[in-house]
Amino acid sequence: MLSGFYKQPEMTIGQKLAEMNWGLVALLTLISSIGFVMLYSAGNGSFHPWALRQMLRFAMGISILIALALVDIRFWLRYAYVIYGVALFLLVVVEIAGDIGMGAQRWINLGIINLQPSEVMKIALIIVLARYFHSLPEEAEGKLRYLLWPALLALAPAALVMRQPDLGTALMLLMVTGAIFFMAGVRLWKFAVAIGGVLAAIPVAWHFLRDYQKNRILTFLDPESDPLGAGYHILQSKIALGSGGVFGKGFLQGSQAHLNFLPEKQTDFIFTMLAEEFGLTGGLALLGLYGLVLVYGFSIAIRAQSHFGRLLALGMTATFFLYVFINIAMVMGLVPVVGVPLPLISYGGTSMLTLLIGFGILIGVNVHRDMVIGRSPRMDGP
Amino acid sequence: MIRDQDRFRQFSRRALLLAGGKLALFSTLAARMYYLQVIESERYRTLAEDNRINLRLLAPPRGRILDRNSLEIAANQRNYRLIIITERAPNIETTLDRLSQLIELGEHDRRRVLRDVRRQRGFVPVTVRENLEWEEVARVEINTPDLPGVHIEVGQTRFYPYGHAAAHLIGYVGVVSAKEQTGDPLLDLPSFRIGKNGVEKIHDLRLRGRAGRSEVEVNALGRVIRELSRREGQPGDEVRLSIDMDVQAMAHKRLGEESGAVVVMDVHTGEVLALASTPGFDPNAFNKGISRDYWQELMKNERAPLTNKAIAGQYAPGSTFKLAVSLAALESGLVSPDHTTFCIGHLQLGNVRFHCWKKGGHGRLNMEGAIQHSCDIFFYDIARRIGVDRIAEMAKRLGLGQVLGLDLPGEKPGVIPNRDWKRAVLNQPWHPGETLIAGIGQGFVLSTPLQLATMAARIANGGYAITPRLTRVEPQEDQAVIAEGEEAAPANAFAELKIAPEHLDVLRRGMFAVSNDPRGTAFRARIREKGWEIAGKTGTSQVRRITLAERETGVRKNEDLPWKERDHALFVAYAPAHAPKYAIAVIVEHGGGGSAVAAPIARDVMLETLKRDPASGGRRLVREARAGTTESRGD
Repeated sequence: MLSGFYKQPEMTIGQKLAEMNWGLVALLTLISSIGFVMLYSAGNGSFHPWALRQMLRFAMGISILIALALVDIRFWLRYAYVIYGVALFLLVVVEIAGDIGMGAQRWINLGIINLQPSEVMKIALIIVLARYFHSLPEEAEGKLRYLLWPALLALAPAALVMRQPDLGTALMLLMVTGAIFFMAGVRLWKFAVAIGGVLAAIPVAWHFLRDYQKNRILTFLDPESDPLGAGYHILQSKIALGSGGVFGKGFLQGSQAHLNFLPEKQTDFIFTMLAEEFGLTGGLALLGLYGLVLVYGFSIAIRAQSHFGRLLALGMTATFFLYVFINIAMVMGLVPVVGVPLPLISYGGTSMLTLLIGFGILIGVNVHRDMVIGRSPRMDGP
Repeated sequence: MIRDQDRFRQFSRRALLLAGGKLALFSTLAARMYYLQVIESERYRTLAEDNRINLRLLAPPRGRILDRNSLEIAANQRNYRLIIITERAPNIETTLDRLSQLIELGEHDRRRVLRDVRRQRGFVPVTVRENLEWEEVARVEINTPDLPGVHIEVGQTRFYPYGHAAAHLIGYVGVVSAKEQTGDPLLDLPSFRIGKNGVEKIHDLRLRGRAGRSEVEVNALGRVIRELSRREGQPGDEVRLSIDMDVQAMAHKRLGEESGAVVVMDVHTGEVLALASTPGFDPNAFNKGISRDYWQELMKNERAPLTNKAIAGQYAPGSTFKLAVSLAALESGLVSPDHTTFCIGHLQLGNVRFHCWKKGGHGRLNMEGAIQHSCDIFFYDIARRIGVDRIAEMAKRLGLGQVLGLDLPGEKPGVIPNRDWKRAVLNQPWHPGETLIAGIGQGFVLSTPLQLATMAARIANGGYAITPRLTRVEPQEDQAVIAEGEEAAPANAFAELKIAPEHLDVLRRGMFAVSNDPRGTAFRARIREKGWEIAGKTGTSQVRRITLAERETGVRKNEDLPWKERDHALFVAYAPAHAPKYAIAVIVEHGGGGSAVAAPIARDVMLETLKRDPASGGRRLVREARAGTTESRGD
């Protein structure tokens, strides 16, 4: 079936491996290794309970990354709706039968791992939107009604994720959608209208938020109002960051983290711990490495010949950026506390896997960058 | 294809825009990082240290209180406390069951422990029992392997080895009340005890010492991770009293079941050697917070065990006051030492008849004889001649009617009435009859045992205004004074009362006769040892009015009266009679007659004091030096 719409001769595995961005792979390994070091510190100078497991997950994830990088991107194009459909189905399943975890229904217990359908959806949504805009007929471009369908594709999972309730992920889905819309050439005035609409809808949306979500937003606006309650996390995080100074307190010396003043130091607040122990220097260095990853992402997107590949690469890059930005902005008190991990560094299997799958697809785009794909897969048949 | 190229160009343009946006957002992050970690860093560093470091106060050991011979009157005792650290005890119930087989553990304790365990975090020790006996400690220690989480902690509690005997004098310590909080964080320590009464209260600041501090690193739950620095506290100062604990204990024991007080004082220095008050109470019971039952028992007791009767008991001095009246009369010049009266058993003043205690009368008596027999008529007569104002003036010179400033809380002034006093307090004129009543130490006159002892001492030391003191005049201090020679001596000397020595001699001869003449009122309570003879004055103060009808049918005997209506028995004395060293005052509330009840107690306590007198060192030198100045003054 697949071979039906191949235009170019098949690349061998060896050729594909040679075309992979090994520099990016090395960069991801470096960032993940910083994560291992921080998890070692979070475990008070021990590989248990976090660092070792994270290393095993990374090893598994990097294998998947390499495997996915070899997959022809037309595979994603063809099965985009199937993948999206499965992800949406899983979201409905957690909605109905999900276990209760962290006060929110987010997991499907598969015995070995807890599957988080919202993570699957982050990838699936990018693929399906990339396919939609790739396949959009020329005459449809710029017409408003052709935006209804992709908007629905994004809003349906966002609404389900919101109900879990996971405000952070829901917003990320919408923001990635926005980025793809933008890259797909949607007129800027339409964005302006959409943003205006969202602002107008805020008072209405406020009623649909859960109490703890409202609290988080209120606390974000004035963290010192309740230093022992909801504002505690963000206040302690700022104390840890600030007390780190320019060069930090030294490895394993972060008093805020090691004396447990810092909450969730191995997951959401791991950047704080890094900045406490290695200071501004360490924090900026990590930010630089993340920036480098983004440069790779953009260059892959620009170099891709197919619109699908470009949108896919940019979607993945945008997702990665959002992870980094939201997490770091959150621990520094710039945005409300939403449970977004620091990519590749925070302890947690699902996000690590999602990210490495995303990067696998991104590198896949680079490997298959010269592939020219017609607008409609069916029309490319012989 | 052209369309595709347009799309590509547009894509590149927008990708650049997007990348620019991302760069801007990353810059925001970097700027924020700079703000927090460089500009605001100092503030957050302080906050982080505040988080991390807890300052803990270490309670200093309380200073000991010693008697003049370095016996411990108040000491610190090891307090073995049994604690459980919940997180190390997997099953509290089982552990408590095992413990109750080893030590006594009431159902009440058990419930309290389980309640505390539920309330506290797992690493906070919960006290199971305090003040374990040594055998109990040993039993628990041997079984430690079966008692996970159980520890023995050693703390310190105040301990009063003499218990009741010095309870009023020393006072006690107790939990700091809200009123006593001064903001000193030391007072907030749960184990800290503050002086509540007696010496413990007056010298509390000295005894307290200075708190040590320990800086500990704690985690977010408050668990101590490690100690960063430690500065040991400074133990409280020792307070050395002039009290001779053996005399004190003996006096307490000698008073026995009676309600009364004994004061023994050095007539030259004013050092108080004994200040006993009965009934006593157990000061050790106050350390942990006194039990309700014991408190109720103390409060309900009609003999007021919590009052220090030696300084706060105010009694009509009765016949002991006749010493002050005699001296007032002689010094006034209106009554000569040879003055006599004839006692027929009563004296008529206007239409009121004043009675002598001896129904048939004493016949003719001079002052010496009147003191010896304690004839009331003689003192009615001289009181009438000199008036109440002169009596009051002399009584005050002798130390009555005023707070003498002994270092103890609750000292009472007593009452020495005169005409102004009555007008000021009662807004009534003074009646001449009241002068007569005051002449025998009844009526408005009130004095404390401490004041009476001071009066006896001032008579005995030749008219020096010594004041009672509880702290020791240190022997080495004395030696230095003597070594420096004559000029230094007056520094320790007291003001002279300017009473003619020959007038004092009249009193001393009378007092000697009281105790040593076979017809004296206290002859049966004399000291037989040669050179240690006692000279005293008895007193029996009436607490009820004897009606005319009762006088006719015969005054009821004390033993027939309810306890509260019986007379107070008093005795003041000094010894040795010819070289006075110690003065004593004894009062037995509702004890009956002074000669029968108070004098024998005074004799026994005085004898004990004289036996224990160290006839050595600088103290004797001082005495001789003083005696020398007295004599030179007499020349």
